[in-house]
Amino acid sequence: MALRKPSSFLNPLLFFIVSISLFPLAISPESHTLTNIGPGIVWVACMLSVLLSLNALFHYDYENGVLEQIVISSHSLPLILLAKITAHWLLTGLPIILLSPLIGVMLFMDIDSIYVLILTLLLATPSLSLIGTIGASLIVGIKNSGMLLSLLILPLYIPILIFATSAVSQTQFELSISGQLYFLATILLMSLMTSPFISSIALKISLD
Amino acid sequence: MSTLTVNNLSCQKGYNNLFEEISFVLNSGDILRVSGSNGSGKTSLLKILAGISTSESGNIYFNKNSVGSTEYQKNIFYLGHLPALSSELYCQENLDYLLQLNGNNTNLYNEALSKVGLKGFEKEYTGNLSAGQKRRVVLATLYTTQSKIWLLDEPFTALDTAGIKSLEKQIMKHCESDGICIFTSHQDTKLPNPRVLEL
Repeated sequence: MALRKPSSFLNPLLFFIVSISLFPLAISPESHTLTNIGPGIVWVACMLSVLLSLNALFHYDYENGVLEQIVISSHSLPLILLAKITAHWLLTGLPIILLSPLIGVMLFMDIDSIYVLILTLLLATPSLSLIGTIGASLIVGIKNSGMLLSLLILPLYIPILIFATSAVSQTQFELSISGQLYFLATILLMSLMTSPFISSIALKISLD
Repeated sequence: MSTLTVNNLSCQKGYNNLFEEISFVLNSGDILRVSGSNGSGKTSLLKILAGISTSESGNIYFNKNSVGSTEYQKNIFYLGHLPALSSELYCQENLDYLLQLNGNNTNLYNEALSKVGLKGFEKEYTGNLSAGQKRRVVLATLYTTQSKIWLLDEPFTALDTAGIKSLEKQIMKHCESDGICIFTSHQDTKLPNPRVLEL
Protein backbone atom coordinates (compact mmCIF):
# COMPACT_ATOMS: atom_id res chain seq x y z
CA MET A 1 0.00 0.00 0.00
CA ALA A 2 2.87 2.35 0.86
CA LEU A 3 4.41 1.71 -2.57
CA ARG A 4 1.20 3.02 -4.13
CA LYS A 5 1.47 6.10 -1.95
CA PRO A 6 5.26 6.70 -1.76
CA SER A 7 4.89 10.04 0.07
CA SER A 8 3.97 8.11 3.24
CA PHE A 9 7.53 6.79 3.63
CA LEU A 10 9.53 9.17 1.42
CA ASN A 11 8.53 12.34 3.32
CA PRO A 12 10.02 11.27 6.70
CA LEU A 13 13.14 9.96 4.94
CA LEU A 14 13.64 13.19 3.01
CA PHE A 15 13.09 15.15 6.23
CA PHE A 16 15.81 13.04 7.88
CA ILE A 17 18.34 13.70 5.10
CA VAL A 18 17.54 17.38 4.62
CA SER A 19 17.54 18.26 8.34
CA ILE A 20 20.95 16.56 8.86
CA SER A 21 22.45 18.27 5.82
CA LEU A 22 21.48 21.67 7.25
CA PHE A 23 23.67 21.32 10.37
CA PRO A 24 27.07 21.56 8.61
CA LEU A 25 25.79 24.72 6.89
CA ALA A 26 24.42 26.28 10.08
CA ILE A 27 27.09 25.33 12.65
CA SER A 28 30.39 24.47 11.01
CA PRO A 29 31.58 22.25 8.15
CA GLU A 30 34.77 21.40 10.09
CA SER A 31 35.32 17.69 10.62
CA HIS A 32 36.20 18.02 14.32
CA THR A 33 32.92 19.83 15.19
CA LEU A 34 30.79 17.51 13.08
CA THR A 35 32.37 14.38 14.58
CA ASN A 36 31.50 15.62 18.07
CA ILE A 37 27.89 16.61 17.38
CA GLY A 38 27.22 13.96 14.69
CA PRO A 39 25.58 11.28 16.91
CA GLY A 40 23.24 13.85 18.46
CA ILE A 41 22.26 15.27 15.06
CA VAL A 42 21.52 11.85 13.58
CA TRP A 43 19.46 10.74 16.56
CA VAL A 44 17.42 13.95 16.90
CA ALA A 45 16.69 13.91 13.15
CA CYS A 46 15.75 10.23 13.37
CA MET A 47 13.29 10.86 16.23
CA LEU A 48 11.68 13.83 14.53
CA SER A 49 11.26 11.98 11.24
CA VAL A 50 9.65 9.01 13.04
CA LEU A 51 7.40 11.46 14.87
CA LEU A 52 6.47 13.04 11.54
CA SER A 53 5.34 9.68 10.19
CA LEU A 54 3.30 8.71 13.26
CA ASN A 55 0.45 11.10 12.49
CA ALA A 56 -0.49 9.04 9.45
CA LEU A 57 -0.32 5.68 11.24
CA PHE A 58 -4.05 5.47 12.01
CA HIS A 59 -5.30 8.66 10.35
CA TYR A 60 -6.42 7.24 6.98
CA ASP A 61 -7.84 4.06 8.51
CA TYR A 62 -9.87 6.25 10.90
CA GLU A 63 -11.10 8.59 8.17
CA ASN A 64 -12.34 5.83 5.89
CA GLY A 65 -13.80 3.54 8.56
CA VAL A 66 -11.30 0.69 8.24
CA LEU A 67 -10.18 1.28 11.84
CA GLU A 68 -13.67 0.39 13.10
CA GLN A 69 -13.49 -2.87 11.18
CA ILE A 70 -10.04 -3.58 12.67
CA VAL A 71 -11.29 -2.95 16.22
CA ILE A 72 -14.33 -5.25 15.87
CA SER A 73 -12.36 -7.96 14.08
CA SER A 74 -12.42 -11.40 15.65
CA HIS A 75 -8.62 -11.48 15.42
CA SER A 76 -6.46 -10.29 18.32
CA LEU A 77 -6.23 -6.48 18.19
CA PRO A 78 -2.73 -6.33 19.80
CA LEU A 79 -1.50 -8.77 17.12
CA ILE A 80 -2.95 -6.64 14.29
CA LEU A 81 -1.32 -3.58 15.87
CA LEU A 82 2.01 -5.40 16.12
CA ALA A 83 1.77 -6.09 12.38
CA LYS A 84 1.04 -2.41 11.76
CA ILE A 85 3.98 -1.37 13.97
CA THR A 86 6.28 -3.76 12.07
CA ALA A 87 5.14 -2.25 8.77
CA HIS A 88 5.74 1.24 10.18
CA TRP A 89 9.29 0.31 11.25
CA LEU A 90 10.03 -1.26 7.85
CA LEU A 91 8.98 1.98 6.15
CA THR A 92 10.59 4.50 8.52
CA GLY A 93 13.20 2.88 10.81
CA LEU A 94 14.78 0.54 8.28
CA PRO A 95 15.42 3.15 5.54
CA ILE A 96 17.08 5.37 8.16
CA ILE A 97 19.32 2.47 9.26
CA LEU A 98 20.24 1.75 5.64
CA LEU A 99 21.14 5.41 5.07
CA SER A 100 23.03 5.86 8.34
CA PRO A 101 26.50 4.70 7.07
CA LEU A 102 26.30 7.35 4.36
CA ILE A 103 25.20 9.99 6.87
CA GLY A 104 28.02 8.89 9.21
CA VAL A 105 30.62 9.42 6.47
CA MET A 106 29.05 12.80 5.67
CA LEU A 107 29.52 13.83 9.32
CA PHE A 108 33.15 12.58 9.40
CA MET A 109 32.42 9.78 11.89
CA ASP A 110 35.00 6.95 12.11
CA ILE A 111 34.18 3.36 11.18
CA ASP A 112 33.70 2.19 14.81
CA SER A 113 31.28 5.06 15.53
CA ILE A 114 29.30 4.30 12.37
CA TYR A 115 29.11 0.66 13.40
CA VAL A 116 27.80 1.61 16.86
CA LEU A 117 25.42 4.16 15.32
CA ILE A 118 23.90 1.37 13.19
CA LEU A 119 23.72 -0.89 16.24
CA THR A 120 21.90 1.75 18.33
CA LEU A 121 19.52 2.49 15.45
CA LEU A 122 18.81 -1.23 15.05
CA LEU A 123 18.12 -1.57 18.78
CA ALA A 124 16.14 1.61 19.27
CA THR A 125 14.20 2.51 16.10
CA PRO A 126 11.72 -0.36 16.76
CA SER A 127 11.19 1.18 20.23
CA LEU A 128 10.44 4.54 18.58
CA SER A 129 7.71 2.90 16.47
CA LEU A 130 6.35 0.91 19.41
CA ILE A 131 6.20 3.84 21.84
CA GLY A 132 4.96 6.17 19.11
CA THR A 133 2.03 3.87 18.37
CA ILE A 134 0.70 4.43 21.89
CA GLY A 135 0.61 8.18 21.27
CA ALA A 136 -0.84 7.79 17.77
CA SER A 137 -3.66 5.59 19.07
CA LEU A 138 -4.45 8.10 21.84
CA ILE A 139 -4.88 11.01 19.43
CA VAL A 140 -6.99 9.17 16.81
CA GLY A 141 -9.97 11.34 15.94
CA ILE A 142 -8.48 14.57 17.30
CA LYS A 143 -8.00 17.15 14.58
CA ASN A 144 -4.66 19.01 14.18
CA SER A 145 -3.12 16.84 16.87
CA GLY A 146 0.51 17.00 15.66
CA MET A 147 1.65 19.17 18.56
CA LEU A 148 -0.22 17.03 21.09
CA LEU A 149 1.50 13.93 19.73
CA SER A 150 4.91 15.58 20.12
CA LEU A 151 4.11 16.58 23.70
CA LEU A 152 2.97 13.04 24.52
CA ILE A 153 5.74 11.13 22.83
CA LEU A 154 8.95 13.20 22.92
CA PRO A 155 9.39 12.92 26.74
CA LEU A 156 9.16 9.13 26.37
CA TYR A 157 11.85 9.22 23.66
CA ILE A 158 14.35 11.08 25.86
CA PRO A 159 15.88 7.97 27.57
CA ILE A 160 16.46 6.42 24.12
CA LEU A 161 18.10 9.65 22.91
CA ILE A 162 20.39 9.81 25.96
CA PHE A 163 21.57 6.18 25.85
CA ALA A 164 21.91 6.01 22.05
CA THR A 165 23.91 9.24 21.64
CA SER A 166 26.02 8.46 24.67
CA ALA A 167 26.89 5.02 23.21
CA VAL A 168 28.07 6.54 19.92
CA SER A 169 29.96 9.39 21.65
CA GLN A 170 31.73 7.02 24.06
CA THR A 171 32.90 4.87 21.14
CA GLN A 172 34.83 7.90 19.90
CA PHE A 173 36.73 7.89 23.24
CA GLU A 174 37.10 4.07 23.15
CA LEU A 175 35.04 3.60 26.32
CA SER A 176 32.75 0.65 27.08
CA ILE A 177 29.22 1.00 25.70
CA SER A 178 27.66 -2.25 26.92
CA GLY A 179 25.62 -0.45 29.63
CA GLN A 180 23.94 1.84 27.10
CA LEU A 181 23.22 -1.06 24.76
CA TYR A 182 21.69 -3.09 27.60
CA PHE A 183 19.44 -0.15 28.46
CA LEU A 184 18.34 0.23 24.82
CA ALA A 185 17.65 -3.51 24.62
CA THR A 186 15.62 -3.34 27.85
CA ILE A 187 13.55 -0.43 26.52
CA LEU A 188 12.95 -2.42 23.31
CA LEU A 189 11.81 -5.51 25.19
CA MET A 190 9.59 -3.55 27.55
CA SER A 191 7.95 -1.57 24.75
CA LEU A 192 7.53 -4.74 22.67
CA MET A 193 5.74 -6.45 25.54
CA THR A 194 3.49 -3.57 26.50
CA SER A 195 2.93 -1.24 23.54
CA PRO A 196 0.54 -3.44 21.44
CA PHE A 197 -1.69 -3.99 24.49
CA ILE A 198 -1.69 -0.35 25.68
CA SER A 199 -2.26 0.85 22.10
CA SER A 200 -5.23 -1.47 21.62
CA ILE A 201 -6.85 -0.16 24.82
CA ALA A 202 -6.12 3.45 23.79
CA LEU A 203 -7.57 2.82 20.34
CA LYS A 204 -10.79 1.42 21.78
CA ILE A 205 -11.12 4.42 24.10
CA SER A 206 -10.49 6.82 21.19
CA LEU A 207 -13.18 5.20 19.04
CA ASP A 208 -15.72 4.94 21.85
CA MET B 1 -31.25 -21.74 16.50
CA SER B 2 -29.14 -18.66 17.23
CA THR B 3 -30.25 -15.96 19.65
CA LEU B 4 -29.07 -12.40 20.18
CA THR B 5 -30.05 -11.19 23.65
CA VAL B 6 -29.85 -7.54 24.67
CA ASN B 7 -30.56 -6.70 28.33
CA ASN B 8 -31.14 -3.23 29.82
CA LEU B 9 -28.84 -1.37 27.46
CA SER B 10 -28.29 2.32 28.24
CA CYS B 11 -26.22 4.85 26.37
CA GLN B 12 -25.09 8.32 27.37
CA LYS B 13 -23.16 10.81 25.24
CA GLY B 14 -21.87 13.75 27.23
CA TYR B 15 -24.76 14.83 29.45
CA ASN B 16 -27.43 13.37 27.10
CA ASN B 17 -29.12 10.08 27.73
CA LEU B 18 -29.61 8.68 24.23
CA PHE B 19 -31.58 5.64 25.36
CA GLU B 20 -32.20 3.81 28.61
CA GLU B 21 -32.82 0.17 29.54
CA ILE B 22 -33.40 -1.22 26.05
CA SER B 23 -34.04 -4.97 25.98
CA PHE B 24 -34.87 -7.30 23.13
CA VAL B 25 -34.29 -10.85 21.94
CA LEU B 26 -33.75 -11.71 18.29
CA ASN B 27 -33.83 -15.26 16.98
CA SER B 28 -32.58 -16.70 13.70
CA GLY B 29 -34.50 -15.21 10.80
CA ASP B 30 -35.48 -11.98 12.59
CA ILE B 31 -35.12 -8.56 11.04
CA LEU B 32 -35.07 -5.53 13.34
CA ARG B 33 -35.47 -2.02 12.04
CA VAL B 34 -34.16 0.65 14.42
CA SER B 35 -35.93 3.92 13.78
CA GLY B 36 -35.92 7.34 15.34
CA SER B 37 -35.14 10.94 14.57
CA ASN B 38 -31.62 12.25 13.97
CA GLY B 39 -29.55 12.08 17.13
CA SER B 40 -31.81 9.54 18.83
CA GLY B 41 -28.97 6.99 19.17
CA LYS B 42 -29.50 4.59 16.25
CA THR B 43 -25.85 4.59 15.19
CA SER B 44 -24.72 4.45 18.83
CA LEU B 45 -26.86 1.36 19.40
CA LEU B 46 -25.40 -0.37 16.35
CA LYS B 47 -21.87 0.58 17.42
CA ILE B 48 -22.48 -0.86 20.88
CA LEU B 49 -23.85 -4.07 19.36
CA ALA B 50 -20.81 -4.26 17.07
CA GLY B 51 -18.39 -3.85 19.99
CA ILE B 52 -16.96 -0.50 18.84
CA SER B 53 -18.49 1.51 21.70
CA THR B 54 -19.35 0.53 25.24
CA SER B 55 -22.72 1.01 26.91
CA GLU B 56 -23.33 2.69 30.27
CA SER B 57 -25.09 -0.41 31.50
CA GLY B 58 -26.56 -3.67 30.30
CA ASN B 59 -25.21 -6.70 28.51
CA ILE B 60 -25.31 -8.32 25.07
CA TYR B 61 -25.01 -12.03 24.30
CA PHE B 62 -25.04 -14.07 21.13
CA ASN B 63 -25.64 -17.71 22.08
CA LYS B 64 -24.14 -17.06 25.55
CA ASN B 65 -21.04 -15.37 24.07
CA SER B 66 -20.76 -11.81 25.30
CA VAL B 67 -19.86 -8.83 23.13
CA GLY B 68 -16.09 -8.60 22.66
CA SER B 69 -15.51 -12.35 22.80
CA THR B 70 -13.91 -13.96 19.73
CA GLU B 71 -16.99 -16.07 19.03
CA TYR B 72 -19.31 -13.03 19.21
CA GLN B 73 -17.10 -10.83 17.02
CA LYS B 74 -16.76 -13.63 14.44
CA ASN B 75 -20.53 -13.54 13.99
CA ILE B 76 -20.78 -9.77 13.55
CA PHE B 77 -20.78 -7.98 10.24
CA TYR B 78 -20.99 -4.21 10.73
CA LEU B 79 -21.51 -1.67 8.00
CA GLY B 80 -21.29 1.91 9.25
CA HIS B 81 -21.65 5.32 7.63
CA LEU B 82 -18.06 5.26 6.42
CA PRO B 83 -17.16 3.13 3.39
CA ALA B 84 -14.44 1.07 5.20
CA LEU B 85 -12.38 1.02 2.00
CA SER B 86 -8.80 2.13 1.45
CA SER B 87 -8.59 4.24 -1.69
CA GLU B 88 -5.08 2.93 -2.48
CA LEU B 89 -6.31 -0.66 -2.73
CA TYR B 90 -8.15 -2.40 -5.58
CA CYS B 91 -11.81 -3.36 -5.03
CA GLN B 92 -10.77 -7.00 -4.86
CA GLU B 93 -8.02 -6.30 -2.29
CA ASN B 94 -10.39 -4.24 -0.14
CA LEU B 95 -12.95 -7.05 -0.11
CA ASP B 96 -10.29 -9.61 0.70
CA TYR B 97 -9.02 -7.47 3.60
CA LEU B 98 -12.52 -6.86 5.00
CA LEU B 99 -13.39 -10.54 4.83
CA GLN B 100 -10.13 -11.62 6.43
CA LEU B 101 -10.67 -9.14 9.28
CA ASN B 102 -14.08 -10.74 9.61
CA GLY B 103 -12.49 -14.18 9.93
CA ASN B 104 -13.70 -15.39 6.53
CA ASN B 105 -11.23 -16.93 4.15
CA THR B 106 -12.78 -16.91 0.73
CA ASN B 107 -11.83 -16.24 -2.86
CA LEU B 108 -15.37 -15.60 -3.99
CA TYR B 109 -14.94 -11.83 -4.17
CA ASN B 110 -14.99 -11.76 -8.00
CA GLU B 111 -18.38 -13.44 -7.90
CA ALA B 112 -19.57 -11.09 -5.13
CA LEU B 113 -18.50 -8.02 -7.13
CA SER B 114 -20.41 -9.21 -10.18
CA LYS B 115 -23.50 -9.73 -7.99
CA VAL B 116 -23.46 -6.06 -6.99
CA GLY B 117 -23.01 -5.01 -10.61
CA LEU B 118 -19.29 -4.29 -10.43
CA LYS B 119 -17.97 -7.00 -12.73
CA GLY B 120 -14.73 -5.85 -14.31
CA PHE B 121 -13.97 -3.50 -11.41
CA GLU B 122 -11.79 -6.04 -9.57
CA LYS B 123 -8.54 -4.24 -10.41
CA GLU B 124 -9.95 -0.73 -10.04
CA TYR B 125 -8.77 1.52 -7.20
CA THR B 126 -11.69 2.25 -4.90
CA GLY B 127 -10.53 5.87 -4.78
CA ASN B 128 -11.71 6.18 -8.40
CA LEU B 129 -15.26 4.97 -7.66
CA SER B 130 -18.39 7.03 -6.98
CA ALA B 131 -20.08 7.03 -3.54
CA GLY B 132 -22.73 4.55 -4.73
CA GLN B 133 -20.12 2.24 -6.24
CA LYS B 134 -18.08 2.33 -3.04
CA ARG B 135 -21.21 1.36 -1.12
CA ARG B 136 -21.72 -1.54 -3.52
CA VAL B 137 -18.16 -2.78 -2.96
CA VAL B 138 -18.77 -2.96 0.80
CA LEU B 139 -22.17 -4.56 0.25
CA ALA B 140 -20.45 -7.24 -1.85
CA THR B 141 -19.07 -8.59 1.44
CA LEU B 142 -22.64 -9.51 2.36
CA TYR B 143 -22.58 -12.10 -0.44
CA THR B 144 -19.56 -13.84 0.99
CA THR B 145 -19.52 -13.31 4.75
CA GLN B 146 -20.50 -16.17 7.03
CA SER B 147 -21.33 -13.86 9.95
CA LYS B 148 -24.76 -14.50 11.46
CA ILE B 149 -25.59 -10.98 12.66
CA TRP B 150 -25.66 -8.14 10.19
CA LEU B 151 -25.61 -4.62 11.62
CA LEU B 152 -26.32 -2.23 8.78
CA ASP B 153 -26.34 1.51 9.43
CA GLU B 154 -28.31 3.28 6.70
CA PRO B 155 -27.42 0.58 4.14
CA PHE B 156 -29.67 2.00 1.39
CA THR B 157 -27.96 5.40 1.32
CA ALA B 158 -26.37 6.29 -2.05
CA LEU B 159 -27.81 3.19 -3.75
CA ASP B 160 -29.92 3.33 -6.91
CA THR B 161 -33.28 1.50 -7.20
CA ALA B 162 -31.71 -1.70 -8.54
CA GLY B 163 -29.12 -1.64 -5.77
CA ILE B 164 -31.82 -1.23 -3.08
CA LYS B 165 -33.81 -4.18 -4.51
CA SER B 166 -30.73 -6.36 -4.65
CA LEU B 167 -29.81 -5.50 -1.06
CA GLU B 168 -33.34 -6.20 0.22
CA LYS B 169 -33.23 -9.57 -1.54
CA GLN B 170 -29.87 -10.37 0.03
CA ILE B 171 -31.12 -9.44 3.53
CA MET B 172 -34.16 -11.71 3.09
CA LYS B 173 -31.95 -14.54 1.84
CA HIS B 174 -29.66 -14.12 4.86
CA CYS B 175 -32.57 -14.25 7.29
CA GLU B 176 -34.09 -17.28 5.53
CA SER B 177 -30.81 -19.09 6.16
CA ASP B 178 -31.01 -18.47 9.94
CA GLY B 179 -29.28 -15.09 10.00
CA ILE B 180 -30.24 -11.99 11.99
CA CYS B 181 -30.32 -8.47 10.55
CA ILE B 182 -30.51 -5.17 12.43
CA PHE B 183 -30.62 -2.07 10.28
CA THR B 184 -31.39 1.63 10.49
CA SER B 185 -33.04 3.49 7.64
CA HIS B 186 -35.04 6.63 7.01
CA GLN B 187 -36.33 5.15 3.75
CA ASP B 188 -39.30 2.82 3.30
CA THR B 189 -38.25 -0.72 2.58
CA LYS B 190 -39.99 -3.74 1.14
CA LEU B 191 -38.57 -6.13 3.71
CA PRO B 192 -41.34 -8.45 4.99
CA ASN B 193 -42.62 -7.52 8.49
CA PRO B 194 -39.48 -6.33 10.19
CA ARG B 195 -39.71 -5.79 13.94
CA VAL B 196 -39.36 -2.11 14.79
CA LEU B 197 -37.44 -0.57 17.68
CA GLU B 198 -38.33 3.08 18.16
CA LEU B 199 -35.68 5.19 19.92
